[in-house]
Amino acid sequence: MPRRSDLKSILIIGSGPIVIGQACEFDYSGTQACRVLKEEGYRVILANSNPATIMTDPDFADRTYIEPLTVDVLAAIIAREKPDAVLPTLGGQTALNLAMALHARGLVGKPGTPELIGANAQAIETAEDREKFKIAMIEIGLNVPVSGVAHNIEEALQVRDQIGLPLIIRPAYILGGRGTGIAHNEDDFKKIVLDGLAASPINEVLIETSIAGWKEYELEVMRDRADNCVIICSIENIDPMGVHTGDSITVAPAMTLSDVEYQQMRDAAFACIRRVGVETGGSNVQFAVNPLTGEQVVIEMNPRVSRSSALASKATGFPIAKIAAKLAVGYTLDEISNDITKMTPASFEPVIDYVVTKIPRWAFEKFPGTSGVLGTQMQSVGEAMSIGRTFAESLQKALRSLENGRSGLNCDPPEMLMRDKSDDEMIAQISVPTPERIFQVGECVRRGIARERIYEACRIDYWFLDQMSMITDERVVLGECGFEKMTVQLWKRAKRLGFADAQLAYLWNVDESTVRARRIAAGVIPTYKAVDTCSAEFSAQTPYHYSTYEDENEVRASSKPKVIILGSGPNRIGQGIEFDYCCVHASFALREAGFETIMINCNPETVSTDYDTSDRLYFEPLTQEDVMNVIEAETLAGGVAPRVIVGLGGQTPLKLANHIPVELIAGTSPHSIDVAEDRKKWSALCEELKITQPPGGTALTISEAKKIASKVGYPVLVRPSYVLGGRAMQIVHDEAHLERAMHELSVAGTLGREGGLSSERPVLIDRFLDDATEIDVDAIRDATGEVLIGAVMEHVEEAGVHSGDSACVIPPPTLEAWVIEAVESYTKVIAHALDVRGLINVQFAVTGSQVYVIEANPRASRTVPFVAKATGVPLAKVASRVMLGASLAELRTEGLLRKPVSGKHVSVKEAVLPFSRFPEVDTALGPEMRSTGEVMGIDSTFGRAFIKAEIAAGTELPTSGMVFLSLNDRDKPSGLVVAKRLRELGLGIVATSGTADYLQRFGHPVDRVVGKVSEGLTGNKTDKQSTLQPDDAVELIKRGEIAFVINTPQGKGGRSDGEAIRKAANIFRVSSVTTINAALAAVQGLFEQQSHPLEVKSLQEYHQQ
Amino acid sequence: MTIRESVLVLQDGSVFEGEAIGADPVGGIASGEVVFHTALTGYQEVISDPSYAGQIITFTTPHIGNYGTTPLDNESSHVFARGVIVREMSHRRSNWRSNNDLDTYLRGMNVSGIAGIDTRRLTRVLRDVGAMPGAFGQANQASVLSRAQSELGTSGIDLVQQVTTQQPYIVGSGALQVVAYDFGIKSTILRCLSEFATVQVVPASYSADQVLALNPDGVFLSNGPGDPEAVEGAPLAIRALIEQGIPMFGICLGHQLMTLALGGKTFKLPFGHHGANHPVRNVRTGSVEITSQNHNFCVDPNSLKDIADITHTNLNDQTNEGMRVRDVRAFSVQYHPEAGPGPHDSRYLFNEFAQLMGQR
Repeated sequence: MPRRSDLKSILIIGSGPIVIGQACEFDYSGTQACRVLKEEGYRVILANSNPATIMTDPDFADRTYIEPLTVDVLAAIIAREKPDAVLPTLGGQTALNLAMALHARGLVGKPGTPELIGANAQAIETAEDREKFKIAMIEIGLNVPVSGVAHNIEEALQVRDQIGLPLIIRPAYILGGRGTGIAHNEDDFKKIVLDGLAASPINEVLIETSIAGWKEYELEVMRDRADNCVIICSIENIDPMGVHTGDSITVAPAMTLSDVEYQQMRDAAFACIRRVGVETGGSNVQFAVNPLTGEQVVIEMNPRVSRSSALASKATGFPIAKIAAKLAVGYTLDEISNDITKMTPASFEPVIDYVVTKIPRWAFEKFPGTSGVLGTQMQSVGEAMSIGRTFAESLQKALRSLENGRSGLNCDPPEMLMRDKSDDEMIAQISVPTPERIFQVGECVRRGIARERIYEACRIDYWFLDQMSMITDERVVLGECGFEKMTVQLWKRAKRLGFADAQLAYLWNVDESTVRARRIAAGVIPTYKAVDTCSAEFSAQTPYHYSTYEDENEVRASSKPKVIILGSGPNRIGQGIEFDYCCVHASFALREAGFETIMINCNPETVSTDYDTSDRLYFEPLTQEDVMNVIEAETLAGGVAPRVIVGLGGQTPLKLANHIPVELIAGTSPHSIDVAEDRKKWSALCEELKITQPPGGTALTISEAKKIASKVGYPVLVRPSYVLGGRAMQIVHDEAHLERAMHELSVAGTLGREGGLSSERPVLIDRFLDDATEIDVDAIRDATGEVLIGAVMEHVEEAGVHSGDSACVIPPPTLEAWVIEAVESYTKVIAHALDVRGLINVQFAVTGSQVYVIEANPRASRTVPFVAKATGVPLAKVASRVMLGASLAELRTEGLLRKPVSGKHVSVKEAVLPFSRFPEVDTALGPEMRSTGEVMGIDSTFGRAFIKAEIAAGTELPTSGMVFLSLNDRDKPSGLVVAKRLRELGLGIVATSGTADYLQRFGHPVDRVVGKVSEGLTGNKTDKQSTLQPDDAVELIKRGEIAFVINTPQGKGGRSDGEAIRKAANIFRVSSVTTINAALAAVQGLFEQQSHPLEVKSLQEYHQQ
Repeated sequence: MTIRESVLVLQDGSVFEGEAIGADPVGGIASGEVVFHTALTGYQEVISDPSYAGQIITFTTPHIGNYGTTPLDNESSHVFARGVIVREMSHRRSNWRSNNDLDTYLRGMNVSGIAGIDTRRLTRVLRDVGAMPGAFGQANQASVLSRAQSELGTSGIDLVQQVTTQQPYIVGSGALQVVAYDFGIKSTILRCLSEFATVQVVPASYSADQVLALNPDGVFLSNGPGDPEAVEGAPLAIRALIEQGIPMFGICLGHQLMTLALGGKTFKLPFGHHGANHPVRNVRTGSVEITSQNHNFCVDPNSLKDIADITHTNLNDQTNEGMRVRDVRAFSVQYHPEAGPGPHDSRYLFNEFAQLMGQR
């Protein structure tokens, strides 16, 4: 069955911004889908609001709509483009839910409308509706956990009575387990049911018997329209049932299933996909297995490409998304060839001769107040994957890939924190799943605590515990041996168990470089094997490598000039898809320019780790040891050392720059990077260049910090060196607060975490600029000294809000011409002074007539993809060429460097924050970045573009009802404008007494005045208050009487009132803005929208202008 | 734990260092034809499959022994393989079904092995050069090499003799009467057949008359080790039974022997098919079955042009995977529809056999 010729154009729905539970794996899958469908000759239309994605590059689709992902917007795109089909299975849960909504509105999947390909509405419903799914599974004879469905608390209580506690509650149609939880008692049960009902778009929860502690597995299934089914990969979770699979450490292939059990599971997975009716494409089926009896139950099924399928693709080399796209347009598996072998068809089941381990990365440190306990709701923000020949090797590699200051399964400085704990304490700790648990289990195993006791506490399968004991046993051997007496065999054994040089250095109390030198002298260097889908049965054509320590190295010789691009490792807040975008663009551009490109990265979600993004791919941790190993292996294979790009993957590669031979670094020199990163050197440079900085200084101790603060005056901004995403940055208002902040940093320093204070890493203390406008500039400087200004971006939120959490606008809507000139010229001066070759990002703040420079980063910034999409200039591609020696003039001649589009559109980038996952957290924005992703709105005016960005970010803007206003004094004057606009929009105003007084004083009526919230929260209202002010804001929010919240935090001290309001809004899903500028922009946009209905336009059209 | 250093040497002189596992080989060295198997699960079924007589099995999956062993998963009561080669042997097992660890199992079955081997390098050698004789043991390298060089391999040797039952026996109590030739039959096949038949398992040397005397509804030709052309007598008996019009079904060696009985030809593949992921096209339906395979020899489909229709083809290398003999009730497949280990995609063939026998 060849490709369908009845389809001409296909709309692909992307997954929108990066959020917890839905990350860049859908850029990876969407990019593959776009590419393959274009290659097949279809007209590809793409809708995705996320500008940081590769898929939204105008080259990847015929029409790219960077527009909010809502039903209305998609309806407008469908009306405009009239696609023959809509493919919703590659854009995560977002795309699936949108497809269902479009279907419900009769816009797809009905005669005369585009066909839903990949999965039809009925299949999606069967898989996603918990009750229908269960019934379907029982119908085909599969076991499911006993359960019932509830739409309200009464129904839930009935189910509870039937089944009994403990129970697991799962909302229907959700992603990443949002609203899911396990209830062991009555109170928890009611609370989780209510949360779950709220989280489910159809207010439905499934309540099932808890099988926490069972073994958990996933199978990745593919099916074509001839009903051929194959399993691509089996995945076993080390963390048993009870921890969301996205938060579990997982291993591929499954390790502890016999063939009899595996085949039973395989049969069940096929029966499942057939019954659900996913006609073509990939699905993920999750199973739980009782470790005592082998009983298997089906937990759930995703009728689409998922996070696990991205992992399975990277784990096996089988491109699930690409094949799924081909199957969706009619091909069958046997008609598609296996890219890696080229000889064999895709209708087979990959086998692998290595072990893959995935470990999530969390960001609890950014969300004070969260428990840090893992459960059935996903909370991780990224993940690292590693490949080793054995589990032990791959586990240790994965742990050091996380960049959490750990070198493997303990045997590193942070392990000291566990040393003082008693065995009982350790056992108590491992009975609670947390990010630290794997290390704690490792420590328990090392201590020789009875295996049964460890197992009973954590329910991690005995096999994994035994494998961990191989690591801890060997550690004893190595420690006793000492590094003087190491034999080749011992070196090999240690490395085969995944020990990093850094771990051995710790064990022997020597330098890592000494360990490395000794090891290399012993002739023990890594061998690189290939990922080939077939365990070497056929010869692999695709050089996709991982390291191990065995006999044979498979890296092929090559004489082309080579460039290594260091990727950005696991996603984290502050370092995500934007940097992957830059790395991938560099690879594309340099490949085209004749270089052999070599990618090193360990993030399975990304496009950069797709096997055909670069000429060679090394799936390796981004540590000094592992990166140097690849450089040396490639030098051997090519005869000449490759050049290395450290400036595109964020902080991760930048931190490695000093360990790489300086002559190999392509682009800005490590020396310049250091000048910009080291707060002291940077200040000196600014002085020399006569560029004003906010007054301040650097401090290593609390007393130094106090001295500086008293000199420049509070409030001050406290910033550690070498951090990303404002890690541990704080605005400090008084000395007590300063002491706290410095103390936190010094504690962090001993943990070896990002943002720690140490003698090499001083803290910068600046005068905080109240009410300043922040500006970002992205620029490229070449070797001839020409500087290209990519864009000047004005932030919507004032200085003090981390640039990553702030909305920003191109072109700047309010900046005066002289300011733009000033920041451009400062940028040039700084770029020259740092002798930048490639990208530089400079941040400024403007107050009145003073422009301050805040910081400069001579590397790719988070905004590079946004700028590229706003201006049509492929900044990352241009920069990568410049880093390898091309001049901007040459690139202009070549046609790569185009003029920025001179259209009249305005582009707004807005941050997307994960607060719905962390209800305990204050949603006020600050200098520490907490957003996970971003969206872009493009339109003809700032107001409308801003509104689009807000809608895309999930903000529900009010169209009727009451808006709650509570402003700090500084913001009250602007509040008048907001109030006026709200009135014009026909919205009511509820305000706190202070704000209300102010508004009324200036003639703006307030519909309702509410009291302080703190009383309401503690429940200690006095009679007097309650007669005067019967309600407080939290109460109104709870009751659903507020449509929108505008609350700007008090600068100093007691944040509690506002915090309670913001938390309530978060918990009860009432959208809010926490800065006055965002409020102004929002009301302006709403106002403009009244006279100007929503319009959509593709990036290609914008770029043509 | 003391490490018993061991060395593996191939006939071409390639050396692989590792450590001894399982039983001590007789005379300190084990030898055989080295092949590789790519299945991710099912090591016990593979090791106990009589088709591996004369061969040393390399597992490409690095961790072997994870879930231990159980008598339930034996494909035969004896192990005929000459040895196993693994990257990483799990000394401790974890699975509710298992009652023993693999090392103890190997000792009990008197099978030796070598662990710690760069099995990927070994597989790449075998893939490029073809299945090759080899030897391993704790003896010195030179004597291991000389043993590897004197090893004969499997071509031209009647290995069936070593594995077939000496006495006929009965399995199952189904309505149909099936006579199964034991060329090295797997337990899983007997389980599949006994779902609908009373199976009389007979030695490979049984003549057509001996079989006919049992008055069967159908005859089954089992899998088995080695070179089909070396199996004495079987093709003659098979031909006579086909001519008698007895419904017949063959698997693997049974497929090859049926081919030879009909005058067709077989040849040796470079490194054979040993795995559980081979795509096979069912020519009649067009659909793809993922199959379990274990063979070094293969049927030349051109040699069957006039007598049989090709029913199944391997999609990796287009080799023959099945045939249906024209005008008579006989069919056979090269792969293992019974699985054990491997996918269940092709179990329908047992139903077809039952139907062919006119019942069920």
